[in-house]
Amino acid sequence: MKFKKMIAMTISMAMCAAVFAGCGSSGSDSSGGSTDGGSAGGDLIKVGIINNDPNESGYRTANDKDLKEAFSKENGYDASFAYSLKNDEQITAAQKFIQDEVDYLLLSAADTAGWDTVLKDAQAAGVKVILFDRTIDADESLYEASIVSDMAKEGQTAVDWLKGQGLSEYKVIHLQGVMGSAAQKGRSQALTDTAAAEGWTIVNEQTAEWNAEKAQQIVQSVIDSGESFNVIYAENDDMAKGAVAALDKANISHGVGKDVIVMGFDCNKWALEELLNKNWNYDGQCNPFQSSYIKDIITKLEAGETISEKTIIMEEKGFDAATITQEDVDKYGI
Amino acid sequence: MAQSKLSPPKTSFFAGLMRNQIFIPIAALLLLTIFNLIADPSFFKITLAQNSNGDPVLNGYLITVIDYGSELAILALGMTLVTAASGGQDISVGAAIAISGSVMLRVLCGSDSRAETLQAPIIVAFLVACAVAMLFGAFNGTLVAFFKIQPMVATLILFTAGRSIAAWINHNELPIVKDVSFSYFGNYFPGVPIPTPFFIALICFAVTWAILKFTTLGLYVQSVGINEKTSRLNGLNPELIKLMTYVFLGVCVAIAGFIKVSRLSTINYSVIAKDIEMDAILAVALGGNALSGGKFNMGSSILGAYVIQYLTTTLYKFKVNADALPAYKAVVVILLVIMSAPVVREKFAQITAKLRAGKSHSTTEAA
Repeated sequence: MKFKKMIAMTISMAMCAAVFAGCGSSGSDSSGGSTDGGSAGGDLIKVGIINNDPNESGYRTANDKDLKEAFSKENGYDASFAYSLKNDEQITAAQKFIQDEVDYLLLSAADTAGWDTVLKDAQAAGVKVILFDRTIDADESLYEASIVSDMAKEGQTAVDWLKGQGLSEYKVIHLQGVMGSAAQKGRSQALTDTAAAEGWTIVNEQTAEWNAEKAQQIVQSVIDSGESFNVIYAENDDMAKGAVAALDKANISHGVGKDVIVMGFDCNKWALEELLNKNWNYDGQCNPFQSSYIKDIITKLEAGETISEKTIIMEEKGFDAATITQEDVDKYGI
Repeated sequence: MAQSKLSPPKTSFFAGLMRNQIFIPIAALLLLTIFNLIADPSFFKITLAQNSNGDPVLNGYLITVIDYGSELAILALGMTLVTAASGGQDISVGAAIAISGSVMLRVLCGSDSRAETLQAPIIVAFLVACAVAMLFGAFNGTLVAFFKIQPMVATLILFTAGRSIAAWINHNELPIVKDVSFSYFGNYFPGVPIPTPFFIALICFAVTWAILKFTTLGLYVQSVGINEKTSRLNGLNPELIKLMTYVFLGVCVAIAGFIKVSRLSTINYSVIAKDIEMDAILAVALGGNALSGGKFNMGSSILGAYVIQYLTTTLYKFKVNADALPAYKAVVVILLVIMSAPVVREKFAQITAKLRAGKSHSTTEAA
């Protein structure tokens, strides 16, 4: 009996979840519909933007803000936004945008797989697709351009910097992002390869899933075990922050000229301030400002030009605590 | 419960313990302890060291367990009462922590997310966060008690919407508190070598114990959970009592949220306290409490919460991938569900009875 009840409960829960999910998307439908009405008169360029949840990270917040500012009515665009961290919800949103007959579909995919069908639909409907921030596993002919950060390059820049520090021995704690994400793959690969080539020790390699709390626990666990380490390679700023909290607790000095080198990614403003205060050593940029690149492409396409190079890699920097200035913090902090 | 029906007239101490529900978390604790003793006894080493402010602090895995397990234990208090009264669980506690934590930082930082000084005393911020969390608790409670919605379904609303609300509170910014005194609550007070969250948890346990001991709340909660109609006939107001348990859970959420945001002096509402609702529910289950409501044992839940953190810390120690942790927890859940299934319990009782009978038989034969 109890089992039956439990099964019934689980099913009803799942059904309710589906209902709620349905509500969510229908809600965005209606809002999309209203913007359609408004745009009917003008000759605005209609864009549908599918992005990850802006609350996911500071990066995404900056990214979303940048896009919203760039594709405003004043700039001649009629933009509708859809947010989700789930691939299937994003695909549903894409289908909806295609039905709404947008001119351009801008897409930052949650997952690399599963986009072929919907992109073919887009092509058939004459919707031009531009990928930003994330690549997908689909044929190049299905989209106009892809504006991405080269995560492997970001990682390599960071690891090269680390190599340049000339430590007598390297004992690294490697805090990974959500496994399988492009940022994790690229940034991990660079470290793994170089560590193997240079004979560095990886003391611990763990995913903290971009989460500061988890990073703190993982580093705490290494400290508790008494193993020594001198580098923390965190694949984003939040995890670096969590790691530093654990270091502070155990009185392990970190930063420029101290015992442990702290490395982060994404260039959050607060993280760059930590660099400025010499508490951290390195922060790699992951450029969230794709809108200018996207606009370039749209202008070109509107003028009838073709895009020769489909993959456009954005310029990205790495900051060293020894050389960073307040100007950098203000300009590149997100 | 089944145990009263099954219990034979006279039982040995061990058998009595086995039938007591606190046996489950204790057994789990022992199992983990034995495992750690065999695998690497250094797990139990505790050292006194200094943190970077020069204050003495204790270090070691066990300290980590009581430190990080505290939020979970506090949540388990509220979750136990909610489970007992309404026969269901609140799955929105993680999202509610994001909300109450955001409210707290919003009050502390004011409009500037990088404020140099505190814009309000910490206690004021905490009380505001408490009030907000209680409000959301009351919202859940109302849906469950008055609209008779399944607790998991009712709290699914906040589970879905909570983190967006949290984002909205701080205008999508990630505020940072610069004042050092704020970080004491999630770390250490200067000069005290034991992590503050543990003390906060102890205070919560004491207050809850006092409430259960000196008021009739505990009794009322159980009677509502066992049979709502009978309790109404006996003059109780089941709706009000259910509502109260949800509000109580709201307070627990605010306290746990306070510790969480204090640990790092910031909040990332999309990942803070992620999946903690599942751990809190697991703590209640691990404490041997029936998830369908009724009788409960608070101490057992608290122990359950620390056992979960013990398991997590152990797995971290052995460098099990963090994303594999839920799988291990799932194994625990499966074992628990099977162990607490009436069929298995009866079978188990039969076997032990047979064994005892066989043993006494053989001793009489020998005599």
